[in-house]
Amino acid sequence: MSLRLTALATALMFAGAVHAADKIKVGFVSTLSGPGAGLGVDIRDGFNLAMKRLNGKLGDLPAEVLIADDQQSPDIAKQTADKFLKKDKVDFMTGIVFSNIMLAVGPTVFENKTFYISANAGPSQYAGEQCNPYFFNVAWQNDNLHEAVGKIVQDKGFKNVVIVTPNYPGGKDAVSGFKRYYKGVVAEEVYTKLGQLDYAAELAQIRNLKPDALFFFLPGGMGINFVKQFVSAGLSRDTQLFAPGFSADEDVIKAVGAPMMGMFNSSHWAHDMENAENKRFVADFEKEYKRLPSLYASQGYDAALMMDAAVRDVKGNVDDKKALQKALEAKHFKSVRGDFKFNSNHYPVQNYYLRAIGKDAQGRVTNKTMGSIFTNHADAYVAQCKMK
Amino acid sequence: MAFYRPAPYQKPLAIALLLAMLVLPNVLTAFGQEFYIGFATRILIFALAASSLNLVLGFAGMFSLGHAAFFGTGAYVAAICMANGINDALLVFPLAMGVAGLFALLVGAISLRTRGVYFIMITLAFGQMAYYLFVSARTWGGDDGLPLVGRLNLAGFSLNDDAAFFYAALASLAMSIVFLGRLADARFGRVIQAIRENETRMEALGYPVFRYRLICFALGGGLAGLAGALLANLTGLASPNLLQWMQSGTLLVMVIIGGVGYLYGGMVGALILLCLEEVLAGFTLHWHIGLGLLLLGIVMFAPKGVAALFGKQHG
Amino acid sequence: MQDEVTQLFLEQALNGLQFGLMLFLLAAGLTLVFGIMDCINLAHGSLYMVGAYLVAAAAQAADSFWSGLGAGVAGAAILGLLLELSLFRQLYKRDHLSQVLATFALILIANEAVRIIWGAQPVMLNPPDALSGPVEIVGFFYPAYRLVIIAFGLAVAGLLYLLVAKSRVGMWVRAGASNREMTEALGINVQGLFTAVFVFGAALCALAGGLLGPLLAVQVGMGESVLILAFVVIIIGGIGSIRGALVGSLIVGSVDTLGRALLPTLLRATLPADAASTLGPALASILIYLLMAGILFFKPQGLFPARA
Repeated sequence: MSLRLTALATALMFAGAVHAADKIKVGFVSTLSGPGAGLGVDIRDGFNLAMKRLNGKLGDLPAEVLIADDQQSPDIAKQTADKFLKKDKVDFMTGIVFSNIMLAVGPTVFENKTFYISANAGPSQYAGEQCNPYFFNVAWQNDNLHEAVGKIVQDKGFKNVVIVTPNYPGGKDAVSGFKRYYKGVVAEEVYTKLGQLDYAAELAQIRNLKPDALFFFLPGGMGINFVKQFVSAGLSRDTQLFAPGFSADEDVIKAVGAPMMGMFNSSHWAHDMENAENKRFVADFEKEYKRLPSLYASQGYDAALMMDAAVRDVKGNVDDKKALQKALEAKHFKSVRGDFKFNSNHYPVQNYYLRAIGKDAQGRVTNKTMGSIFTNHADAYVAQCKMK
Repeated sequence: MAFYRPAPYQKPLAIALLLAMLVLPNVLTAFGQEFYIGFATRILIFALAASSLNLVLGFAGMFSLGHAAFFGTGAYVAAICMANGINDALLVFPLAMGVAGLFALLVGAISLRTRGVYFIMITLAFGQMAYYLFVSARTWGGDDGLPLVGRLNLAGFSLNDDAAFFYAALASLAMSIVFLGRLADARFGRVIQAIRENETRMEALGYPVFRYRLICFALGGGLAGLAGALLANLTGLASPNLLQWMQSGTLLVMVIIGGVGYLYGGMVGALILLCLEEVLAGFTLHWHIGLGLLLLGIVMFAPKGVAALFGKQHG
Repeated sequence: MQDEVTQLFLEQALNGLQFGLMLFLLAAGLTLVFGIMDCINLAHGSLYMVGAYLVAAAAQAADSFWSGLGAGVAGAAILGLLLELSLFRQLYKRDHLSQVLATFALILIANEAVRIIWGAQPVMLNPPDALSGPVEIVGFFYPAYRLVIIAFGLAVAGLLYLLVAKSRVGMWVRAGASNREMTEALGINVQGLFTAVFVFGAALCALAGGLLGPLLAVQVGMGESVLILAFVVIIIGGIGSIRGALVGSLIVGSVDTLGRALLPTLLRATLPADAASTLGPALASILIYLLMAGILFFKPQGLFPARA
């Protein structure tokens, strides 16, 4: 009797291992409150829009998305991720906006052998020496958009550039990314206080240096403050503004408006890209949320589509980690940015485009794609990655 | 206010609580709720941090709004030690306390010249200075913070296991509470509380008021440093966020809702605030509104804090 | 070359003045509430944020910055009145701890309420077109809108001086700041006076928020970053003193501006390049806190203590 029971139990366990899970759980931790909330909200809205398109299913299985706010604190993010991993036993994690939070949460996620699909944060650590089979980035490596700006500033023949970034590691990475492709004169690297409000002192210095182009990377509200003050100081007449896409997307444009017109920026995606997936995404997003999507929203949308395709590829058997990793690497989904591939470090190899801010046909101030900067561009750290 | 004196049933209650805590990890594991071991550890650590602030604020009457600076300093000391291969808890914890205590001694030596609101603000200023220094310190990760590789070892045992680490935090808290209780009752504690009540009089009686306050401030800073070192080990990260003034504000809120000047005030406050966060955040993303309204309610209707219900203050 | 250096210095001095006057708009209200009612109001920054949002919303609805500014300031004054009547009136009697906790709670509530009403993304607030560009003054270009802020700052300073130093209400306010019990004993309606001062402070907050909106991001959390600066100002100046708030604002504004402008260059001339590029920005960001600690070390009551 007891023997038979044991056999039955073993059979059931076996069945469980081979059979598909009956439900997919996704842990979505993002910055949904505080000054950085605009970014997290866009990723969430993009993700939710894709889930709606998929009828709430991932790979034809019913899916549950657990959403939590990290309050832009690494400490709270880590605690929440712990809960999702240990208590709710999620199958995927995603949503984190900022690299410092990603670096805090990463080790726990990887230790737990759960796949993390990053819809934004792309720290160099995880692209290089600390690359991990459980980490995928569906957006970019942090340096990429800065590299693209460096390349276009170089190609357009600017000779005398001033760089403005906050005095923190992300800012210094931006400078090194930019300088990897821009080889001209850097008249000055201005480092500002994190969260600085007033830029009058820096602007006076810039006026004095008379650069022909200015590259700035000031995340969130700092960028809004800077652009407003730059334009009202009249510097935009003699100096061309350049920024990575995240300092010049819909969230910033919405807050600054017309003064941003004429600014150049780099991105791997734009809402006016001509492909069927993107047209559908932008139309659906505008209908659902009554605003234009930002690149963050496109990344959240892609993250959901990526999970969907991978779960379908493994026929719902998400506990077979090796197979799931292969399926994620294969990337059988159509991204809204057009085609791209994953590199050996699980970061994208993709095209980067030049965008300029101007008025569209309906008179809205928004981004317009001007041409490509890089084709099939990889990041600078992949050589250091020995993926297990 | 008068001298702190515990209610008669407080000691047996505390011992019962401690015994309950000893089996908590086993109970949680038995019910498959291992996650809550980490959560409970977090409460213990914040209880320690809030208690250290309560020593400064409640017993000595020094309203510091820069206490998180010492908390964060402890976390960084632990992270820097471990990055340099020093993994022995018996070495790292005292070092974290020592460095944070010394920093507090320095801040206190300047700040304690001021009174009242000026003291609040000068401690806030020192806190912000420390925050910006760590944000700019590239060698220690700047804004990214400094990650820890694994956890400390205690007498040869690794604290990597969540339950083991829970016990380490529990022991730290219990020892600190016993220490604080003894301190409050000892001559030093009496003098400190008397200074809180009437500084001029204590000065006239010939007590070196400044020195007493300074030592108390440094002790509080040292204990906060221990809490910080523990937190860095729990989360695996020392981040400048820990030093920000909003963190000082959070510790302050814990002490106030728990009960200013009550031995268990910090503990009760940390427990209430962290549990509230956990429960409210599960309901809605807009849980801050609920928390704000609750805090307002506490100020209006339970002004002495919750621990006031358990301990009496009488002369 | 000599000319250029003088010009740069002039421009930076003007920047310092403008940044200082912008801080003064906030610090003036804060120091009054603080000094007269002896009430720590951490939510002062939230009034500034709500004011900026109200101005932005009204300016968009009316399609005019100036009417938006008027409507927003009026709205914030009404909000201030409601807050005073319902909450702050109880708080004056309580100790600093309760005030800190209650106003900390208000920050949480205000931030979340703004996010629910206006969304998580920053909103737009731009200066009137005529003021959006730079104008030429003695050989260099300066943003017209910053000149407007300077004008407003000076006007508010002048008005406050007349009100506080010359009017009867101002006399009561000064009396209240230096000795509350005595003022009450003299039969002055202190409660009404408190309400008036609080509402006035709220209106000044909204004025600051609305005026600064075109230069700064109007977003959730904008109040906290500026609140600390306002606190530094009134502590340096001495709590309760309008003159102190003005002097403190100008000191903080110019030290911060000049520090950011000159420190990196100075350090580069004296230190190796690597050390200078790390130390310069770090030192510039803590300069005003160092200044405040230094002033309090020598003058523990600030520069112009209202209560002797």
